[in-house]
Amino acid sequence: MSKKTVKIIKIDVDKCNGCRACEMICSAFHASPKYSSNNPQRSRVRVIRDPLNDVYLPVYAGEYTPSECKGRDKYVIDGKEYDECSFCRASCPSRDLFKEPDSGLPLKCDMCEDEEEPLCVTWCLAKALTYEEREEEREEEPQLGEIETGLEALVNRHGLQKVMDTVARLSKKG
Amino acid sequence: MAYAETGFNLEIDLTRGNIERVATDPKLTRLYLGGLGTNSKILWDRVPPEVEPFSPENLLIFGTGLLVGTPAPGCNRTIVSTISPQTGLMAYSMMGGFWAPELKYAGYDKVIFRGKSPKLIYIWINNDKVEIRDASHLQGKGAVETQELIKKELKDPNVQVAAIGLAGENRVFTASIEQGRSSASRLGIGAVMGDKGIKAIAVRGTKDLNIAKPAEYMKLCSEVLKYISDREEKPVPGVMPILAGLGSPQEMLHTDEKWHTENFSWGNSRTRRKEFWTKEIEEKWTATQEGARTRLISCYNCPMKCGAIISLPGMSTYMMKCFSKLTYNMAAFVDDLEFGFRIAQRATEYGVDGFSTPQIMAFAVELHEAGILTDQDFEGCPTDNEGKFYWLLDRIVRREGIGDILADGTHWAALKIGKGAEAYAHNNVKKHEQLPLKLGMLNPVYFLMYSTGEKSNITQIEGQFPQSPFPTMEEREEFVKDWVHVPDEKFKQYLLDWELRGEKSNPYYPTVDMSVDIVDWQEKMHYIDDGLGMCAGLSSFPLKPPYHIHNYPLFISAATGMDMDEAELSLAAKRSRTLLRAFNIRRGLTRADEKPPEDHWKKRFPELEEQLLDAYYKFKGWNKQGIPTKETLDELGMDFVSKDLEQRGFLSYE
Repeated sequence: MSKKTVKIIKIDVDKCNGCRACEMICSAFHASPKYSSNNPQRSRVRVIRDPLNDVYLPVYAGEYTPSECKGRDKYVIDGKEYDECSFCRASCPSRDLFKEPDSGLPLKCDMCEDEEEPLCVTWCLAKALTYEEREEEREEEPQLGEIETGLEALVNRHGLQKVMDTVARLSKKG
Repeated sequence: MAYAETGFNLEIDLTRGNIERVATDPKLTRLYLGGLGTNSKILWDRVPPEVEPFSPENLLIFGTGLLVGTPAPGCNRTIVSTISPQTGLMAYSMMGGFWAPELKYAGYDKVIFRGKSPKLIYIWINNDKVEIRDASHLQGKGAVETQELIKKELKDPNVQVAAIGLAGENRVFTASIEQGRSSASRLGIGAVMGDKGIKAIAVRGTKDLNIAKPAEYMKLCSEVLKYISDREEKPVPGVMPILAGLGSPQEMLHTDEKWHTENFSWGNSRTRRKEFWTKEIEEKWTATQEGARTRLISCYNCPMKCGAIISLPGMSTYMMKCFSKLTYNMAAFVDDLEFGFRIAQRATEYGVDGFSTPQIMAFAVELHEAGILTDQDFEGCPTDNEGKFYWLLDRIVRREGIGDILADGTHWAALKIGKGAEAYAHNNVKKHEQLPLKLGMLNPVYFLMYSTGEKSNITQIEGQFPQSPFPTMEEREEFVKDWVHVPDEKFKQYLLDWELRGEKSNPYYPTVDMSVDIVDWQEKMHYIDDGLGMCAGLSSFPLKPPYHIHNYPLFISAATGMDMDEAELSLAAKRSRTLLRAFNIRRGLTRADEKPPEDHWKKRFPELEEQLLDAYYKFKGWNKQGIPTKETLDELGMDFVSKDLEQRGFLSYE
């Protein structure tokens, strides 16, 4: 067993004031060069807002999925109805959330890697977003040493490009 | 590449149904910033003084400020400029919310409308795709309702919609433009939008907005965010709770309304109720407000929570901010706050200004009581105060019967009604209804702001400098300690020496020259905010705000890449202020119009007031008539203005 740090953004939807500063700063941080532009459509956090129904729900981008869900869910909490997909983090074909506007490539929250805390948390003065860390034990991952040694031999013999092309071809067949 | 701005405007000719994307002149940004400054330049160039508010030649401009949509907290304002049907002068009402940033992300700095649509339409701006769409199915719909219907129709909850209600469609002179929790309300711009046949403008943008010096700019923005956070922990002592913090007055948060209800006037801006705020009222009003308020909410990228979602049984939900919480109650003489929340819901759907409209209704009630309006005018009107107000609101918005006359505001209604009705339209500046505030001793700074402000709306002119002196020297010294905002150290001395009574008190202290200095500083900050699209609530309005004359040049330089120092920024603000003045002079504004409501102060000082006006005009480089001189205009590089004014004969007399 080994330890790993789990990074958590705690979302208190009752405190959200719907200002979307989280979207702004996320897209600015991930611009290249850093902060050179901003565009909420590129943000890895989006506030699902329906003010007249008092729905304010920050949602983070998670994994990309190539296929839609078979079914959809609607949640009703405290009498407020949340649309199907509201709580889902996936970048998926059923909606235009969490995709680069130009290329359509999926976006995923990276917790602002090198920063002290995710910047959406720093910019949320309403404290709807707060940051926590937790230590968690997890099972050892299988050693990759054996595969690595084998691959290295193949690369030495055939060159990196050829090995990569072959792996790519195999994975397509797969 | 364009920075902070997009470098493009949308030009929409409603008569011909033509839409063009037009590159802007980057030189104008340095001269006038953006927002109000460049709006005014366009109006000056393209709307000659003969053009009537409801003429197809009148323009309606939705402008974003220079820094709108950038990471600067609170920079989200739409500045709507046109000719006001009420004053005949330039109107520039503004709104926060989410519309202006969305327009920037769609790739435009402004939308400029000309002409008139033959039928009711709405505009759909979706990045590069812009359409004029039929809105006949939205005719008569509420302003909030319309926003929701359009979002559904376009199947996108992230679309931002600015819409008018029935009042705008019917060209009511107090018609507003509503958008989310915000509205551009003053001076009847909703009526011009209705006259042009535009029910709504929907925007969706998914493009990048660029910053010239990213690391520098983000550092400045982070400092402002930190300042806001710290400042919220440190309210200014010795001033009203609503003036102690940042933001628009926190009417949705605070329930203590002793100050407003006892110091502002009730009815047709007549009666002060000094014993109003009893324990019983306090408990009842607190319960009502907390029951109606679902959540405190913000505009785009702003941590302040100046607005609220208001939801009461039996009516649809809407959003509210600021003083409209009280204007209906106080004008109608109704002691139940729930009435205010309920009638404001109807008024918001109709899309009317929550400052002027209640006063028009109180004016009508008073005229009826005085026998100037007759029972026939009020046929079918309920006899209770609440019922009267609902009935009047419906008549005004529909322009039915007496409502058709009242819909033009108190000034024009009084002229039409005659029989001495003019004396009842007593709370106006330049034909526009003011806050219902009646005070004792003349305040020289406020005299100048009420008289000369181009906006004719005190809350968009005042700020920065305390409204009254602190009683003790200790308090004053404490206040000036971290007062880094002053453009010059002398302002600290003005405040230190300012007394409640005696030689160094109102009306002769601050002295005439000091008053001019203070007004110049206050209005300069508003002109900068209105050019940048910054909310006054984080800058020109509150005491000790995060943005000020010393850090603004850094923001502008880092965002746009265009070097600008304090002197040049001050000059840009002066240019914008002078152009607005010249525009209004060309439309007939004179010195005689520059006065507060006659009864605003009990104690008036005619001689001093003339001195104040003279000194202010002189300081501004204007002549005794309040007209910018040729020298002033030429120094500012505005010879296109001096030539025009000269040709029209405005520069020929002193």
